[in-house]
Amino acid sequence: MPGSTASSQASIRSADGRPFAELVDAHKSYGDVQALKGVSLAVNAGELVAMLGPNGAGKTTAISLMTGLRKPTSGSARLFGLAPTDIRARSRMGVMLQESGVPLSLRVREIVDLFRTYYPRPLPTERVLEIASISDLGGKLISQLSGGQKQRVYFALAVCGDPDMLFLDEPTVGLDVASRRAFWEQVRALVGGGKGIVLTTHYLEEADALATRVVVVDHGVKVAEGSPAAIKDRVPGKKVSFTTAGPLQDADFRDLAIQNLSIRDSTVELLTNEPEAVLKALFERGTQIRDLEVVGAGLEEAVLSLTEGRG
Amino acid sequence: MKTARLLPMVAAQTRAEFLKLWRLPAFSVTSIALPAVFYLFIGLQQGQYSSVNIHTYILASLAAYAAVNVSLFSFGISVAVERGERMDALMRATPLRPIAYLIGKVATAIGFAFVALVALYVVAYILGKVLLPIDQYVNLTARLLIGMVPFIAMGFAVGYLFGPRAALPVINLVYLPMAFASGIFFPVRVLPDFIQKIAPYLPMYHYGRLAWNAVGVSEENLLQSVLWLAGYLVLFTALTIWAAQREEQRRFS
Repeated sequence: MPGSTASSQASIRSADGRPFAELVDAHKSYGDVQALKGVSLAVNAGELVAMLGPNGAGKTTAISLMTGLRKPTSGSARLFGLAPTDIRARSRMGVMLQESGVPLSLRVREIVDLFRTYYPRPLPTERVLEIASISDLGGKLISQLSGGQKQRVYFALAVCGDPDMLFLDEPTVGLDVASRRAFWEQVRALVGGGKGIVLTTHYLEEADALATRVVVVDHGVKVAEGSPAAIKDRVPGKKVSFTTAGPLQDADFRDLAIQNLSIRDSTVELLTNEPEAVLKALFERGTQIRDLEVVGAGLEEAVLSLTEGRG
Repeated sequence: MKTARLLPMVAAQTRAEFLKLWRLPAFSVTSIALPAVFYLFIGLQQGQYSSVNIHTYILASLAAYAAVNVSLFSFGISVAVERGERMDALMRATPLRPIAYLIGKVATAIGFAFVALVALYVVAYILGKVLLPIDQYVNLTARLLIGMVPFIAMGFAVGYLFGPRAALPVINLVYLPMAFASGIFFPVRVLPDFIQKIAPYLPMYHYGRLAWNAVGVSEENLLQSVLWLAGYLVLFTALTIWAAQREEQRRFS
């Protein structure tokens, strides 16, 4: 088919020009539990979509649908325009799952070489080990690896087939800071080379550093979608925190232009677009303020503000 | 869109399966050493059974035991463990063909059984001075390796029906009594009456008849035993498919 000769070019599309991966109004129920309530999402070449949201929001379910590990209750999931279970689609996909196992009694190089035979155009073994930063671990048994090292082996297995589309579910859990940075470098290179990637993570710094697009999911619905900068713009720009002499009540902040007020003992945190006006009002009300801090809100505050208080 | 070639996939899958089991001493040692140890205990008696020497009769019995041992344990345990560790979820998300997975497992079980049989023949020769004519070795080995397929299906069914913790006890609970009641350790005719009545319904009894006959014991209606084994193959395959579909419903739908 046209366009599939060079696997590292951003111009590759699936057969009918559709996105690499997509969900269309996907619903998923497990018995009485509705994990996804109508999520649509499309991922194209050269895009890294970070899915963010609290535990149980439906991120892993969304990945299960796009990788064909589960079937939508209604709506659809497509991979390269095909059913995600189609072997031709899967031949162009790599995946890192949470809590999946690998045979403990195989060596790292053996399992990488095994997985390479599953794909039509695998990368050379040495290259795979290099991408996952495990060149020095090739001869080790999986059972001898630490959690972070195993995590890197999973990454190796996800990329060994030189897939056009990657699904990474919490890929940096258990990695130390240096390994995480090295992982980011590789992921950036993959996106730069035209791969499509879906990433879920609890490290919002990671999403901020890598994502071309952020999708915030909560209680099974998409609550926001946009570039990391656009998502950050959706929330009040400054985080104000201070301590007070005596305990305050929510009522003390009535009529102020604030969001996400949190009062814990004598510590107060809030988000606002108008920190000056808010502080002025508080001073005028005679509020005793100490240890005042005003900082710009980050992605973390943005996601919290978008997902908090929803039911 | 291209997909990977099947043959290298099958070869790599088989190699990996074999390495996995080989490096699991709980499996490799018991499946190879246990039949030989049993031979020490019961194979060195003097006497005749039907027309053949007891040494030879017991060699055929334990060869059958060894092959079924590998079938049940390699499949039952490894399938159950893979499900327990969610290894199967990752493999399902790859373009690994189910047929390559299946062939890898069956070929590994048969390969392992072959190693176990050869080990047993060697032990029997060294300790019991049992040396069969070459055609009997070939015949016995071929019958056992082909005839073990229903037991592989049985192991597969157990692996799918039970969790990683339950599979081993279940197999032990089923296997030893079945081997005993099928005349593997003592000939059926010296077993209690009610067991003699049960034996002809057990797959291992028929498997045993193929083995005994291969070393010179005259067994009547051997075709009937082949049919019994074929029937059990169908039964256990159906059970496996049912269990696999149940699993599919639960975890992957």
